[in-house]
Amino acid sequence: MSKLDKYLRTDQMPHFACPGCTHGTAWAAMIRSIEQLGLDKNKTVMVCAIGCAGRLPVYLDFPSIRTPHGRALSYATGVKLANPDLNVIVFMGDGDASAIGGNHLIHTARRNLDITAIVATNEIYGMTGGQYAPTTEGGRFASTAPFGMIENQLDVCKLVEGAGASFVGRGDVYHVRELKDLIASAITHKGFSLVEVFTTCPTHFGRRNNMKKPSVLVEHLKNLTVSKKQAEKMTEEEVAGKLLRGILLKEERPEYVETYDRLAGFKEEGESV
Amino acid sequence: MTKIIIEPNWCKSCGICVDFCPTNVLELDISGKLKVVDANACISCKLCEIRCPDLAIEIEED
Repeated sequence: MSKLDKYLRTDQMPHFACPGCTHGTAWAAMIRSIEQLGLDKNKTVMVCAIGCAGRLPVYLDFPSIRTPHGRALSYATGVKLANPDLNVIVFMGDGDASAIGGNHLIHTARRNLDITAIVATNEIYGMTGGQYAPTTEGGRFASTAPFGMIENQLDVCKLVEGAGASFVGRGDVYHVRELKDLIASAITHKGFSLVEVFTTCPTHFGRRNNMKKPSVLVEHLKNLTVSKKQAEKMTEEEVAGKLLRGILLKEERPEYVETYDRLAGFKEEGESV
Repeated sequence: MTKIIIEPNWCKSCGICVDFCPTNVLELDISGKLKVVDANACISCKLCEIRCPDLAIEIEED
């Protein structure tokens, strides 16, 4: 019934996510940005792995691969190298991307291969019972952190920036209109692009952190992030503790497939790939 | 007038659309089912549509 029906495997819907799980919102924003860009459904490959976020692209009517835990980016690398004409989009959860597949994330970013990675960060392992993730904020409760998280929070954006990605962005599901445009600009960027999307898990994160109501948890994201433009006008104390939102890094850098093709003699210098 | 289309089989009654609607167009009834209470108040901001995690609500403008 939806306008987005042509992108969905409607016979599989509704999707499996818990009520109020905003991984779905991030996923829907991704579909809307694909629609906005008018990408060819048969030339766009969805790669996903394991976890709540990793299962969502299964409901999309695109050529897709479901891979072992954390290895989505490695498979995406293979797909892109075998057929550089394809748009490759990877949809992952935070644990999948930064913990289980952390090394793959670093090296895919380093290669600057033209892949778009969308990391849905809900700060918890929802599917396995609410264990804390590397991205869990200090002091938050999880099933394996009953007295509060004592480890430092991992900043996925800074990690890939350091590893050499040429496009890094951050969004959240409260500012969902911005998110759609952010994902669209990540897809059109030539080179490795990563968008970290802050999402919510009312079932495990919310329930343990006194924010059981889905909308309260989404509202909490509103105060967690601040847009890059806005932050420039604010004092240092006001920005402290908040995460920057928007395009954090955008650089033109030689893309892997282009360089490879030139070296292998597939394409002449200056010719577009 | 705008048309509010709800897909009842996809809606999981999380209430995100109800709480973020600026003009209180939507409501969850006693059984948790989503319903439109004041269609005329809808300003077509589409916040419900874009925030719905389940693609269960859609606003159609004439």
